[in-house]
Amino acid sequence: MRLRHLASGAGVVGSGLCAGIAAGILMLILAYVVREGAPAVNWSFLTGVPHPVGVPGGGVANGIVGSAIIVGLATVIALPIGTLTGIYLALYGRGPFADAIRFLADVLSGIPSIAIGLFAYTIFVAPFRHFSGASASVAFAILMLPLIIRTGEEAIGGVPKRVREGALALGISSYAATMHVVVPAARAGLMTGLLLAVARVTGETAPLLFTAFGSQFWELNPTNPMASLALQVFTYAISPYEDWHQQAWAGALLLILAVFILNVLARFALRSRTSR
Amino acid sequence: MVPFDRLEEAHARRSVLSDRSFIAAIYCATIVFVAVVVGLFVMLFAGSWPAIQSFGLKFFWTSSWNPVTSQFGALPMIYGTVVSSAIAILLAGFVGVYAAAYLADFAPRLVARPLSFLIELLAAVPSVVFGLWGLFVLSPVLRDRADPFLEAHFGFVPLFSGPIFGTSLLTAGVILAIMIVPTVCAISRDVIMAVLAEHREGSLALGATRWETMWRVILPGAKSGIFGACVLALGRALGETIATTMVIGNKPAIAASLFQPSYTLASVIANEFTEATTALYQSALIELGLLLFLVSMVVNGFARLLTWTVLRPSRGR
Repeated sequence: MRLRHLASGAGVVGSGLCAGIAAGILMLILAYVVREGAPAVNWSFLTGVPHPVGVPGGGVANGIVGSAIIVGLATVIALPIGTLTGIYLALYGRGPFADAIRFLADVLSGIPSIAIGLFAYTIFVAPFRHFSGASASVAFAILMLPLIIRTGEEAIGGVPKRVREGALALGISSYAATMHVVVPAARAGLMTGLLLAVARVTGETAPLLFTAFGSQFWELNPTNPMASLALQVFTYAISPYEDWHQQAWAGALLLILAVFILNVLARFALRSRTSR
Repeated sequence: MVPFDRLEEAHARRSVLSDRSFIAAIYCATIVFVAVVVGLFVMLFAGSWPAIQSFGLKFFWTSSWNPVTSQFGALPMIYGTVVSSAIAILLAGFVGVYAAAYLADFAPRLVARPLSFLIELLAAVPSVVFGLWGLFVLSPVLRDRADPFLEAHFGFVPLFSGPIFGTSLLTAGVILAIMIVPTVCAISRDVIMAVLAEHREGSLALGATRWETMWRVILPGAKSGIFGACVLALGRALGETIATTMVIGNKPAIAASLFQPSYTLASVIANEFTEATTALYQSALIELGLLLFLVSMVVNGFARLLTWTVLRPSRGR
């Protein structure tokens, strides 16, 4: 009898330990990134462009701006397609075709980003024989789609049916009832999905290797090869230079900050919906 | 609750777009989405056609990867991918499921919420950061401490013998494990909670301890969902690119020892694609991408089917 309770206690403690390990590793990684990265974050790091090898200093401003442009463009592509598909699933989505779409969206979210990068390469880089920020945006948009679609469906589907029916009963068009009544009511959920999707691609690196390609210079034109913060962290990390390693840690710190802020905002958006 | 002010606004704007074109737009978006998924497959297949033609099925079971002689065999990468993912799922499955049990049932609310939050944040860390940490922190620790320990105590197993490299199959496996723990944990927790709601009180009322309830009643009931969570996490490990590339050593060879460098399907694409000078070389790399695509389609599809059957009714979707 006592033994059983002892075993139960041990099991509880052991499983708690496992949860502690998982959370502890996050803390450990954060601690390292802050310890190694924080000293290197300064004004010239945030505003400068990379220096040539051997010249100390330099910054990642071109990468920050490049990431913003690539992700921004990806959002412009993915948001309408994703939201409209989400609306389709929530409002019209019955039957095998809709189920197939749901299934595809779920499966697409698990396709390795590198394969999607290859796809973007074959349709947007190879034909032009030219790396470009825009091709990276296409890859990112595809990565964002499943999240936007599924959270969009959930958010739109979460708006009570009577809201839409009420609007329709007043004689307005189905378009207006959806876009001006249902969608605004689902705003918080849609926002959450968008933020999570942006967070997901902000730290993404693999598809950039052969789409955006990276650049040492200021580049604001998305038809040219572009720098990206995540890509800079990667190239600096695997370089043989001590100075660049430190910049990689500092860049990682910025990336983590950006991604965490996006995640917290996403939670915040969702919470404001549920408390209302 | 119902935004009536918006109703008026909607009235005012109702003729902006006709219903028909709106519904057309919705269907267009949906079709674009389907086209993207189909296009993914078609383009990858078309890109790998030259390699498929010249190597056929031999591509998958020969192990010489030599761009100079245009000989391409994917076996070392398939081996590296399978073994690193297997290590990852063994470690992450164990830790993740127990952590999920703790978070779903045993933990006091005050502990469960922040712990869950931290584990979810772990999922948000970009993979390049995992790679960075793995390269500069984890791999030296494994090389100097853990690997020699394993070699001293389990050196009789070929897996844990031979010279030790910092960037190795084992390091990649451990990093992947860390990366997929949140996936295993979060989904398993949802599944366990769904089963708990039904069976917990009954089992406790029969006199089972909390652990016995979890171990003998809840976990068996949540089995297929947890299995689905693990398969899903496995899919993520198979396709993970950047972190693996940074810590696995990138050597296209099959070694018995886990302490040796290796290569994965994803990391060889990441490393060599921009340097692939010949059309056949590039095509061989795209074929690896196609293989990854197809494998993750199957793995993810399977996982979704498993978790859907458990989670669907409870969520009332």
